[in-house]
Amino acid sequence: MNTATTTANGHAPHGEHHPAGLLRWLTTTNHKDIGTMYLTFALVMFFVGGAMILAVRAELFQPGMQLMQPEFFNQLIGVHALVMIFAALMPAATGFANWQIPLMIGAPDMALPRLNNWGFWLLPPAALLLTMPFVLALFGIGDGAIATGWTFYAPLSVQGGIGVDFAIFAVHILGISSILGSINIIVTIFNMRAPGMTMMKLPLFCWGWLITAFLLIATIPVLAGAVTMLLTDRHFGTHFFTAAGGGDPILFQHLFWFFGHPEVYILLLPVWGLMPHVLATFSRKPVYGYKAQVYGFVAIGILSVVVWAHHFFTAGLPVPALLYFMYSTMSISLPLAVLFFCWIATMWRGAMSFETPMLFATGFIVLFGIAGLTGLVLADVAADAQYHHSYFVVAHFHYALFAGGIMGVMTGVYYWLPKWTGRMYSETLGKWHFWLTVLSFNLTFMPQFFLGLAGMPRRIPDYALQFAEFNAISTVGAFILGISQLLFAWNIVQCVCGRGAPAESRAWEGAEGLEWELSSPPPHHSWEIQPRVK
Amino acid sequence: MSTHSASSHGTHYYVPRPSHYPVTLSGALFLLALGFVLRINGFAPGPWFMLAGAALILYVLFGWFGAIIGESVTRAYGRWEDQSFRHGMVWFIASEVAFFAAFFGALFYVRVISVPDLLNLLPNHGWTLYPDYQGLSWPQSGAGPKAMAFTPMGAWGIPALNTALLLSSGATVTWAHWGLLKNNRFQLNLGLFLTVVLGFTFLGFQAWEYHHAYAELGLTLGAGVYGATFFMLTGFHGFHVTLGAIMLTVILLRCLKGHFDADNHFAFEGVAWYWHFVDVVWLLLFVFVYWL
Ligand code: HEM
Ligand SMILES: [Cu+2]
Repeated sequence: MNTATTTANGHAPHGEHHPAGLLRWLTTTNHKDIGTMYLTFALVMFFVGGAMILAVRAELFQPGMQLMQPEFFNQLIGVHALVMIFAALMPAATGFANWQIPLMIGAPDMALPRLNNWGFWLLPPAALLLTMPFVLALFGIGDGAIATGWTFYAPLSVQGGIGVDFAIFAVHILGISSILGSINIIVTIFNMRAPGMTMMKLPLFCWGWLITAFLLIATIPVLAGAVTMLLTDRHFGTHFFTAAGGGDPILFQHLFWFFGHPEVYILLLPVWGLMPHVLATFSRKPVYGYKAQVYGFVAIGILSVVVWAHHFFTAGLPVPALLYFMYSTMSISLPLAVLFFCWIATMWRGAMSFETPMLFATGFIVLFGIAGLTGLVLADVAADAQYHHSYFVVAHFHYALFAGGIMGVMTGVYYWLPKWTGRMYSETLGKWHFWLTVLSFNLTFMPQFFLGLAGMPRRIPDYALQFAEFNAISTVGAFILGISQLLFAWNIVQCVCGRGAPAESRAWEGAEGLEWELSSPPPHHSWEIQPRVK
Repeated sequence: MSTHSASSHGTHYYVPRPSHYPVTLSGALFLLALGFVLRINGFAPGPWFMLAGAALILYVLFGWFGAIIGESVTRAYGRWEDQSFRHGMVWFIASEVAFFAAFFGALFYVRVISVPDLLNLLPNHGWTLYPDYQGLSWPQSGAGPKAMAFTPMGAWGIPALNTALLLSSGATVTWAHWGLLKNNRFQLNLGLFLTVVLGFTFLGFQAWEYHHAYAELGLTLGAGVYGATFFMLTGFHGFHVTLGAIMLTVILLRCLKGHFDADNHFAFEGVAWYWHFVDVVWLLLFVFVYWL
């Protein structure tokens, strides 16, 4: 351990007794242990969800039905999305929060450590519930996993099989986990900041997460309510979503997207929060527009809960509603543009260097820009009538969620891995990983824009001959993309196993912030005596 | 950016020792969910999984809350941790607000948008799919093959009485709190006792009301969207009242054992906040489900 830190921290690591081995991980109340578990779980589930969608892409490689039944195809698509959103991207962001927020705000731990542990340990049972109907079907129990897509639309989900019930309870448990995580993060930020750290000195990563946590608390319970109504419609005779009983299937879409649209910002706000740290570090300049970015986060948070119906423009809404939802959706691009401006201005005339995190950060800006611009196309009611439920939408949200979300997470992993493990990852492998990812990502998803423009619907296992070339290209890209991620995993494993050059406390020359004053890796208990921030 | 000196709190933050309760609770929830899914899909072992899950949950509730109470009594916590608990409770209640908002949202949506829409749309278009729809307004259960005849629940019988009960219980719990602040243990215990009694009485009346609905009014979960919103809203509220009443009972027992004083009683206040929240939800229910 770096001696400089023990002094900096004012404290040697605790000598108290802790369980070892598996029991340590099952029972831990330490934010670093819990952060590590979240991140590990996210990485594993990233590969699980990836394997599912590669099977889908294999089926779509050529027109006609080759590998699987349509029912199984639908199950793979739906579970892929649920796994990637709830079991990969969200846990990765929560892992960041657990590791970084206490280090960045000078707190001894998260405010509610036992709840923190519970928040994590709810995830594996939920993932099991989501995926076990695949296995049960092999033994003749039920007809497989949820086959409605991740959106659970009624009436299909009212009629679906046992997989829908499993998914409903998986969502309930994941929801409890998210709420616990959010409560913990809000309380930590409000109550555990080092003396002198006012809210307007709070690191932007923490600001991004704070807004995320508010959104989770406001919207996850609505999703829980929606799937509860679905459950009672399925098994207890209610008619929330059945017109014959006075209900309305469109009600489900309203409830789902009241959660679903904020959810996309839930996935991205933590990433937007960490971007300025990385950009400033590798541009060797202070963050440009701190306040503007804080207000941008707040504005996006507020707007995100009032635009949900843009996901079902074609469901038959009255014209005034269409206009309202169109303009409000488009207005989100204003605060988003402020963020883009600040990111670019942070780099402007900086002494830039392009280590792997910076490569990912700049790649993120370009590709996420495409997501925003194609979103504006979809927000146009007249255009959306053509593009809705086509591959154009699929391409749009993968530019948002893979290039924005996943690549943002990768930015953070490369940036903080030296801090967490005390080792520098291999820069060569990191650069290979970046270029392979960016190129194969575009190879996979760029053709999908053209497929959508040409009219190919999403979630259908077969297609007309005219779509064959673009689908073949997309599948090739997807397999390269999938395989490239092994480099990422390998690079991480190397650091965790203690290979690679030792990292300094301030692993990056230009890095600013409290976390860089601790050793790499930091002691098990850090900031037991809080630093004072000027 | 910073220098290192003692924090303004002057004390160390209490980070609890490793605990197996959270992970056990997760396992218990898994068993409960698995059992429930199997059960509603007609697989025989379902109830056994549910039973195992429920037993484990009980074990954890006793163990985990026991540990927390122990820490509180031995003053493992100071002001700083107390603040965390308070913030945490506030945001937990906020998430509960959002949960009820989903069901109120569904109610408003059907009443203000979808039902009037069907009423106005069908005659204009000469649509004969549901000819009986014409002339129906809220409350209704649709006009398709799933429609059922029922009588809606009136507001001024049991529901009005229940409103009075819950509002008084909100007053008695506040009175108990004043007693605690003045260190008047008699007022504290009596106030809490009255609150618990009022809470359980409310639940008794509600059970009776449900019986009345099913037995005499034809008002069931399956009575169209009116029955669905009625029972889900009042049912989830009733479930929250049950939890609140149980928690109040625990607090009462703790008070009788001499726990809490004027400046260390987060658990009391957390439960009281929860109780007031349940109260406010009831008022909204009374207005929008029973009355208007
Ligand atoms: C200015 C920015 C954006 C606008 C105007 C926008 C607009 C839209 C619209 C109108 C749709 C519905 C398309 C349809 O189904 O017909 C859509 C779908 C979607 N968007 Fe965006 N979007 C924007 C940014 C984002 C971001 C930042 C994310 C994610 C982090 C995102 C994720 C998604 C997802 C996941 C879907 C599809 C969900 C599904 O149907 O399964 N979008 N977007
Ligand atoms: Cu949206």
